Amino acid sequence: MTQTATVKATKPKGIGGGTLGQALLVPALAVLSGLIIGAIFILAIGENVLTAYGALFRGSFGSLPALIEGIRVYFSTGENQALVRALYPFTESLVTATPYILTGLSVAVGFRCGLFNIGAEGQFFIGALCSAFVGYSIRGLPAFIHLPLAILGGALGGAVWGMIPGYLKARFGAHEVVNTIMMNWIAFRLSDWLLNGPMQASGFRPVTPNIQPTAELPRFFADPLRFNWGFVLALVMAYIVYWFLFKTTLGFEIRSVGANPDAARYAGMNIVKNFVFVMALAGGLAGMAGSAQVLGVDHWVGQGFAAGYGFDAIALALVGKSHPFGVVLAALLFGFLRSGATEMQSMAGIPIDIISIIQGLVIIFIAAPAIIRWIYRIPTIKTEETVLTRGWGS
Amino acid sequence: MTNVLELRGITKRFPGVLANDKVDITLREGKILALLGENGAGKTTLMNILYGLYKPDEGQIFVRGQEVDIQSPNDAIARGIGMVHQHFMLVPVMTVTENVMLGVEPTKNGVFLDHDKVADRIREISDQYGLEVDPHAYIKDLPVGIQQRVEIIKVLYRQADILILDEPTAVLTPQEVEGLFRILQTLIDKGKSIIFITHKLKEVMNAADDITVLRLGRIVGSIDPKDATPEILASMMVGRDVNLVVMKQPAKPGEDVLKVNDLYVRDERKNMTVNGVSFDVCKGEVLGVAGVQGNGQTELVYALTGLLPVESGEIYLSGTAIHNKSPRTILEHGVAHIPEDRQRHGLILSFPIYDNMMLCTYYEAPFAKGVSLQENVIQNNAETLVKQYDVRTPNIYVNASALSGGNQQKVIVAREFSRPIQLLIASQPTRGLDVGSIEYIHNQIIKKRDEGTGVLLVSSELDEILALSDRIAVMYKGQIMDVLDAKNANKDNLGLLMAGVHPSESTQKEERLP
Repeated sequence: MTQTATVKATKPKGIGGGTLGQALLVPALAVLSGLIIGAIFILAIGENVLTAYGALFRGSFGSLPALIEGIRVYFSTGENQALVRALYPFTESLVTATPYILTGLSVAVGFRCGLFNIGAEGQFFIGALCSAFVGYSIRGLPAFIHLPLAILGGALGGAVWGMIPGYLKARFGAHEVVNTIMMNWIAFRLSDWLLNGPMQASGFRPVTPNIQPTAELPRFFADPLRFNWGFVLALVMAYIVYWFLFKTTLGFEIRSVGANPDAARYAGMNIVKNFVFVMALAGGLAGMAGSAQVLGVDHWVGQGFAAGYGFDAIALALVGKSHPFGVVLAALLFGFLRSGATEMQSMAGIPIDIISIIQGLVIIFIAAPAIIRWIYRIPTIKTEETVLTRGWGS
Repeated sequence: MTNVLELRGITKRFPGVLANDKVDITLREGKILALLGENGAGKTTLMNILYGLYKPDEGQIFVRGQEVDIQSPNDAIARGIGMVHQHFMLVPVMTVTENVMLGVEPTKNGVFLDHDKVADRIREISDQYGLEVDPHAYIKDLPVGIQQRVEIIKVLYRQADILILDEPTAVLTPQEVEGLFRILQTLIDKGKSIIFITHKLKEVMNAADDITVLRLGRIVGSIDPKDATPEILASMMVGRDVNLVVMKQPAKPGEDVLKVNDLYVRDERKNMTVNGVSFDVCKGEVLGVAGVQGNGQTELVYALTGLLPVESGEIYLSGTAIHNKSPRTILEHGVAHIPEDRQRHGLILSFPIYDNMMLCTYYEAPFAKGVSLQENVIQNNAETLVKQYDVRTPNIYVNASALSGGNQQKVIVAREFSRPIQLLIASQPTRGLDVGSIEYIHNQIIKKRDEGTGVLLVSSELDEILALSDRIAVMYKGQIMDVLDAKNANKDNLGLLMAGVHPSESTQKEERLP
């Protein structure tokens, strides 16, 4: 178009250009729209919307009166039961968000390099198994060695699981979508065998032994609050990934390869090296999600342990526009929805599936922002879309 | 004399841009109207409105004195308006006949396609307008000039009497351009009217009956071709006086900086497209490589810069072998590359300008310390270069995609020229740029030459080759037909070489040269 008239003189502050407010506007409206349409579904099954969303809110954040009451009781009598009960919903949401953050980062890092990592689920599983193995098999180490070792084990396991498809793509041009899916299946069946054989705890159930206390991610409160340092680990990793992607030469290469591989090659970057490296990094992050879940929450691994975190992660990366901070926000959203949904089911008798519908709607609205812009009449801001992944021919 | 087409007060706004501002245009019956303007002047927007691809915000369109509302290309076609796009809309694996009937397929018995009827009609049109083409040839086998004829036939087949040609000469050799002008004259003689969009000044003066100049979405004025000179037209287009002749001193060539020996290169589809090329470039000279697009120039440049592997042969840079070395190694030996496709290779459009300004040197001091990018240094570097190379941008934080083509090219030139180089490879450096930017880039290239850099200039624009080169190599089918001294080169002998004919073999004689 005409010279420079299209350009707004704003320094990019938020996600993918534009200001932070603009970047958050569409996702916020997407959540709102998801809740509104979700309400229609709740009405359709003959339930009360206010009751349902009230329970959802209480389930994800807790209630203020209960919290005040809990604090009052604690300070007047020293009895903490009420306070714990009041804190439970909020902390449990954060616990749920933890693996979402790390797997979301995994997929986002891949997207930044133009790679589609569908293998986060398998990498998560492998990471959990490796961490569990380090956690229960090594005894007598002090915690400050044992815990980092266990986390490292999980991250390395996931990294290897991610690197294999990365190498196959770099060396033979095999598409990472196909190979990460296949690696998922290998991970699932491998874990079935491990949990029924070499790694099985004594007894008949297909589970690993409990990890040593020295390998546990410490919890902030006593039972039943499961909130632990895993959440902090996830936030720190999000910051590290942000720093790595946007402040280092290696991250610059990754983003260049993702945004325009031809220009990256012109600039002397080694594309295939980046493929292998990024897939290993993505696998490591998903593996670390598995570690955090085992070492912080469950303390053992059983069959069907991953429960779809790795697949939801694809939506998270999309919702978070493949930006580490966006992923954290999206993961918190999913954590609160998921955690509140349980409460909604038990308190208001609304099926948990309603939350899946709302999540689905939110994803659709964020993936197709034109719908939201049309509904709320928001003018289009010219920002570049994040490159997600290249076609099959690449 | 009637006006076959009139646009009155056409205004079109895009978010933040006024693409057309109260534009009035008149096309006289049986005449060629040239619509002249730089890229981004709003020519194509205007024609897309006329063809029903955009809706104008204001304004009226009259066809033969009657106001019309054109909602879609179908409406335009129904009014007798046809468009030949800059990028041909042809299906390469289909025949001429199939391409022409696409969208208006006649059938036999209501089911079967009636190829014969269409082929007959194509022959009729061919005879009538001198548009020779074999209806049964496949598009992919036809040269570009003939493909363009097919596009014109498509329009005529749909019974258009107002033809819009968008930059029709961009892809043609000088001889093909002459052929096109003959065809246009025939069309006029048979009563058609033509709007001819271009940014090339000389063509306009040869072919047009009326010239209307657009700048920044507004009509600057109309001029009779008899009164026009390239200088007048250029200043109308740009809004200031433009120096069309590149001022340069005779070259002072030094020793060889680039030496290419018997080079063979395969393209991405594994076809051998460079077939035994040898040449050298000296310090302080411009070697121009002329040729019609697609004769191996692209692959030659890719091989020199490490983007394509060398099949056989050698490339030496100041004595160091660089064939089959990685792009980075070649870069670090002091080779600058202005790539042919600036948006594919030269820039990362979704990155801000400051990142694009250090795309090739991001890993070195001063831009990086260890693995840590030095944001202040990077941004200061961009601020300096934007000023030094006059990149028109509100600031260095906007994405490269927000810049006009000319300013995008300036970003690349600034980046490549700001590191130490001994060889500059410039491939189609001014393609699609406006007159002002062309002038600028040309002067920068000559400046680099005068500093002692060897320059390899690949261009399909003969004017550009003639303006800048000290020696000229002509490529045809992957080989160098000849290397001429620039003093002995002109459009005629280069044009013949570009078509694969040695001037000595033809009837044209060297004596005609000045």
